[in-house]
Amino acid sequence: MSALPRTLEPAFAEERRDRGALAREWRLMRWPARASLVMLVIFYLFAAASPLIAPYDPVRQYRDLPDCPPMALHLTRGADRVHGWLFAYPLKMVDPLARRFVPDLSRKTYLRFFYRGHLFTTEDASTPYFLMGSEGLGRDLFSRIVYGARVSMCIGLVGVLISFSLGLFVGAFSGYVGGRIDNLIMRWCEIEMSLPQFYFLLALAAVIPSGVSTVTSFFLIVAIMSFISWASFARVIRGMAAAIRAEPFVVAGRALGGSRARILARHVIPAMLGFAAINASLSIPGYMLGESALSLLGLGIQEPAASWGNLLSQAMDPQNIEHYPWVLLPGLFLSLAVMAFNFLGDHLRDRLAPGNLR
Amino acid sequence: MARFIVRRLLLMIPLIIGITFITFCAMALVPGNFVSNLAMDPRIPEAVIKQMEAQFGLDQPLLVRYGRWLWAVLHLDFGISLQYRTNVTFLIASRAFNTVLLSLASMLLSWLLAIPIGVIVAMRQNSIVDRILSVACFLGMSVPAFFLAFLAMDFALRTGWFPVGGTFSPDYASLDTWSKVADRINHLVLPAAVLGLAGMASLMRLMRSQILEIKNAEFVRTARAKGLPESRVLYKHVLRNALNPFVTMAGYALADLLSGAALVEAVMNLQGLGLLLLNAVRSLDVPLVMASVLMGTILLLVGNLLADLALVAVDPRVDFATLAAQ
Repeated sequence: MSALPRTLEPAFAEERRDRGALAREWRLMRWPARASLVMLVIFYLFAAASPLIAPYDPVRQYRDLPDCPPMALHLTRGADRVHGWLFAYPLKMVDPLARRFVPDLSRKTYLRFFYRGHLFTTEDASTPYFLMGSEGLGRDLFSRIVYGARVSMCIGLVGVLISFSLGLFVGAFSGYVGGRIDNLIMRWCEIEMSLPQFYFLLALAAVIPSGVSTVTSFFLIVAIMSFISWASFARVIRGMAAAIRAEPFVVAGRALGGSRARILARHVIPAMLGFAAINASLSIPGYMLGESALSLLGLGIQEPAASWGNLLSQAMDPQNIEHYPWVLLPGLFLSLAVMAFNFLGDHLRDRLAPGNLR
Repeated sequence: MARFIVRRLLLMIPLIIGITFITFCAMALVPGNFVSNLAMDPRIPEAVIKQMEAQFGLDQPLLVRYGRWLWAVLHLDFGISLQYRTNVTFLIASRAFNTVLLSLASMLLSWLLAIPIGVIVAMRQNSIVDRILSVACFLGMSVPAFFLAFLAMDFALRTGWFPVGGTFSPDYASLDTWSKVADRINHLVLPAAVLGLAGMASLMRLMRSQILEIKNAEFVRTARAKGLPESRVLYKHVLRNALNPFVTMAGYALADLLSGAALVEAVMNLQGLGLLLLNAVRSLDVPLVMASVLMGTILLLVGNLLADLALVAVDPRVDFATLAAQ
């Protein structure tokens, strides 16, 4: 019973093996894109499950442990294993001025995993284990980084969603309608594009009142950045819409008596959705960097809430970098996330637009 | 050409009015004003506050205030900085000079590095050098400029080879001319390197893809076929054509440079336009904010115009008619 030529069999076998679309996508990725995806999943887990992943309360101050270095972990030997596999010697501040710490070798703090609703923490929250050290007010830096992911990882998504829908709608409308309205909208877009963006961002950020909640200032920042950046997106979409207007299926739709709104919604916009989505995903890092820059300068997310940008503001004082280099860690997380978005965006572009493969 | 320039300059007018008006509205939205900070001081009587408000025109409606500001600007009067109590024009001029200096230096640096590296990498496509540099490029594109600036400050602090931030040394005023220049350059090296490196990666990628595209074009094949030496093919035919988008990009790169410069200025404490604006925004010094935004906009628009003029000069396929039609 071999009706099929032998040469075809492996191809069929292959198709059977990766029936899931997700599995196929995964196999098409090269290692940088895969690593990026994993990293982003971890960071979004940080954001979604921060109370679980953060070992301590992000605003709890350990007043006797300010600017404490990351603590070394030791493997437990022998009978002590009943307390846990890993332990650290609690640090004691010996010089409050120079912030010098020495480990107290007589005591051990054991690390517990999946304990009291935390991924890992110490048995007694008052003798903490600082994975990435603590910041100037004695708060656990790692916990703050985990909570900071909420702001830093979400700002890109929300911002892109706003400017994406705005740009898609305005661009499609403008390109499809053409004529004087098109001209007017495009001139307006040019105004927005020729803004010195960061200067404008700084000036607009002054509007954010100082007393508002973190959520409010988050949305104000997003709104301001979307307001600045939707224009360039609208221009790209508009060019596509103008080209699509001449396509046979749009002409046919018009000939059949479809209204302008119907043709826009049913034919023009869906035709551009894929491209638009990629283009949008490429601008996520811009939002992350914009927010961090504002927060870094003290105009964005305010203390005691954490974002990777305002955590970095400790590094504004070069003395801090010299003596407590771990204050740079939030910047590392930020760079990694931006890098992951860049790699993934690059992969998506290659994947969905083979014509651009180079 | 003159007509083109005049047209572009005229187009700038509504642009500038639009941008400054939006900024003005934004500043008006901010609760409180410069004087309300002083009003919290119990030692200053209320009458003085009222008098100051009247003096600065803060008690007028928004449109009147904007109209007054615009009218003054037309007479090249940017007002008095509420915070520094000096003429804004003077403040802006010296700061803008520093920012332009930083932007140009970093642009020069990134071009001088990115173009040769891009060429080398493209000529050896898919070699190990190409792959390593391409990945490095991606890493470079992803590290934010302000993070690089932190690292640079740390570097300066640890090695002591460069000054830790600042625009010039404390004893700058007492130096002779050449020492002043040397002092300036010494303070400029690290910020320019930071900004230049941050912008370099995307330039290099552009150069690489340009060369790859042109390398197999027909006119290049013709040049080879008529027996030109490889170096001449590269410099005269490939490189010249590959550089065209760079000229266009120079104008847009300026926007990024100004933004990046603002952050690097803030981190490295350089007395530039960005830092000035930041401080002005923090203290609600409206005349200073307005003048900084205006200055940034003008720098950007003039930069774009210059880039377009340069493009016409470099690329014979582009003339003023096609540029104006865009």
